[in-house]
Amino acid sequence: MKHLMRSASLAGVAAVALALTACSGGGDDAGDSATVAATDAQAEITYAIWDENQKPAIDQNIKDFNKKYPNIKVTVDLTPYQQYFTKLQTQGESKTLPDVFWMNGPNVQLYAANDLLQPVTGLVDSGDLDPSKYPDALNELYTFEEEQYGVPKDFDTVALWYNKALFADAGVDVPTDEWTWDDFSEAANTISDKLSDKGVYGVVTELNSAGQSSYYDTILQAGGFMISDDGTTSGYDEPESIEGLQFWADLVESGASPSLQQLSDTKPNIWFNSGKAAMFTSGNWSVAEMKDSKHKDDFGIVRLPKGPEQRATVIHGVANVVAADSENQAAANAFLSYLGSEEAQRTQAEMGVANPAYDGTQEAFVDSVPSFGIEVFLESADEMAFPYPISKNTAAWNALENELLPQAFSGERPVEEVAKELATAMDEELAKE
Amino acid sequence: MSATAPTRARRGHDGWWPLLFVLPTMFGVVLFYLWPIVQTGYFSFTEWGAFGGQTWVGTENYRRLADEPDLGTAVVNTLVYTAIVLLGIPIAMFVASLLSRPGLRFSGFYRVLYFMPYVAMPTAVAMVWRLIYNGDFGILNWALALVGIDGPAWTSTPGFALVAVSIVGLWTSLGFAIIILSAGLKTIPPELYEASSLDGATAWRQFRSVTVPLLTPSVFFVSVITVINGFQLFDLLYALMGQGNPAIQQTQSLVYLFYNEAFLRNDKGFAAAIAMVILLIVGAVTLLQFRMQKRWVTYA
Repeated sequence: MKHLMRSASLAGVAAVALALTACSGGGDDAGDSATVAATDAQAEITYAIWDENQKPAIDQNIKDFNKKYPNIKVTVDLTPYQQYFTKLQTQGESKTLPDVFWMNGPNVQLYAANDLLQPVTGLVDSGDLDPSKYPDALNELYTFEEEQYGVPKDFDTVALWYNKALFADAGVDVPTDEWTWDDFSEAANTISDKLSDKGVYGVVTELNSAGQSSYYDTILQAGGFMISDDGTTSGYDEPESIEGLQFWADLVESGASPSLQQLSDTKPNIWFNSGKAAMFTSGNWSVAEMKDSKHKDDFGIVRLPKGPEQRATVIHGVANVVAADSENQAAANAFLSYLGSEEAQRTQAEMGVANPAYDGTQEAFVDSVPSFGIEVFLESADEMAFPYPISKNTAAWNALENELLPQAFSGERPVEEVAKELATAMDEELAKE
Repeated sequence: MSATAPTRARRGHDGWWPLLFVLPTMFGVVLFYLWPIVQTGYFSFTEWGAFGGQTWVGTENYRRLADEPDLGTAVVNTLVYTAIVLLGIPIAMFVASLLSRPGLRFSGFYRVLYFMPYVAMPTAVAMVWRLIYNGDFGILNWALALVGIDGPAWTSTPGFALVAVSIVGLWTSLGFAIIILSAGLKTIPPELYEASSLDGATAWRQFRSVTVPLLTPSVFFVSVITVINGFQLFDLLYALMGQGNPAIQQTQSLVYLFYNEAFLRNDKGFAAAIAMVILLIVGAVTLLQFRMQKRWVTYA
């Protein structure tokens, strides 16, 4: 029965998974003065990222970096976004964070407040980094209690992607920069009706697990907000915010959009990429994927439609950060500075994987796929962008959004009821911060 | 398993040698199984900061768990899943006896075929099944449409999702059960079949009166393992349904609940309490199975 006993002890597996994450040793604080490695320095560092589409450009960045620093070996650790921050938090707990890694707005304050990130102030003082080359909004996003922790890598705004061929099939005029919510809904419904026998829908967007490319924008367009400017109260129970949520619930109900089940089985980007949806609200991060689509010649991009109150898109950007307890701080800093440089960001732009943060390199991104009209994302950033909603523990109320809002979009429960429940629960979380 | 070894010398006579031999194994068991269980027990009485650091909160986590509305759902889902996967044992018994019929050609090949899903990575298996189950473009709904049935979105509709996951679980576990049961069949003395056929027993009667009773020790073993694995349902569910699935709340298993609290909500003290509850349930069910075996397991 020995085999049986061994298998029975598998029952402790769940317990093991938990306990392993608890082996935290005490790390010592990193000094404030940042050092950058000499060009002949020898080191091995890890760089953690979450977007597979950007991997080729990152590999190119590393190759170029190694021309100057031939003996610093950089290993890329790619984890899909869905698991990225789960893994990172566990690594943070066990003091095994990668040397250099991607950070986003919702998480930066959590990591900075727990002293897990190295401030970049030292690099700025030593002249290895010049924050004035990046948009102010991004520098601010990565500043916590007067200290900047991240080097902006790129920025995203959201726009309306459309498929010209499907509009032509349905006999509907293609979207323009001047569209309103009504134009948008009408076109989406007409296309779904006319092309239903081909299984084509009018519009798809991410409704199950994030609001950046869908309801965050419509809430702002309606004049509502997700979180108050001081970050202490939820805006989800405001009538304008509810209007912004109702917009998507109506599109799902009328069949202009696939149901939430369908969007879970087949993700929105796949519907659009494979020519099964005529419109797709998404950010410039989709360029990397859509430029390889079979239907890429039919794709175009215009501004998001104007809501009852105003035009709006959220703006967000990813930054590179160095772990405070990295054992190869000098090498990590050298790589961080390189990633923030004009050359590295231009490479990313030219390869069409990201809209770079470095002043003046965005043109290369716009030109990477001329037929798309990528400049819309830059214009939107200048003319109609609102900061991405964050607080000290953004993840806590993001989880509430993901749990509750799909019930409203699917029509399972009235939008207003769900929005009010969300606002109450979110206020409780914010009070804990 | 059913030991037929001659009576062994009493342990005392062997001195400390046997202990020395089990030491390496025991070291691993203590370090990787027992110690984490003790630690988790301790953690279940604490609250965690965002990046570690525990504060003692007494039985607070267990009190919260008692009020947790998802706990009941998770227990029921886990039981339903386990029950469906257990249905695989009779199927495996049938297949195993077909495979061990004398004179069957390519029996080794069939055995490998049945065993393959068990050694394949659950994630890889789940990816393939996700495509099969896809509500709009899956082959399953395409086949159903041929006979005029409009199939649901299998992995994202509450109710259907649990059945869909269970069927894949059953399919995956089949190979393991078949191998164990085939081995069990080999231990049945052929004389019993000869004797019974001389007495005029049909093949069906032989299966019922010889094969089944003498196979019960193996069936017992397989069912204990299946139940334990069933209670640990996680990776298959996670990979098959994915995150941001509208049906996940109604479909989650106990270990999924644990994962959600520990790694998504980062409430690790509360998650430790869930882990302890899982451990207790699995322990209790396994104990019950061992108690019940006297009633139905025949050791030759």
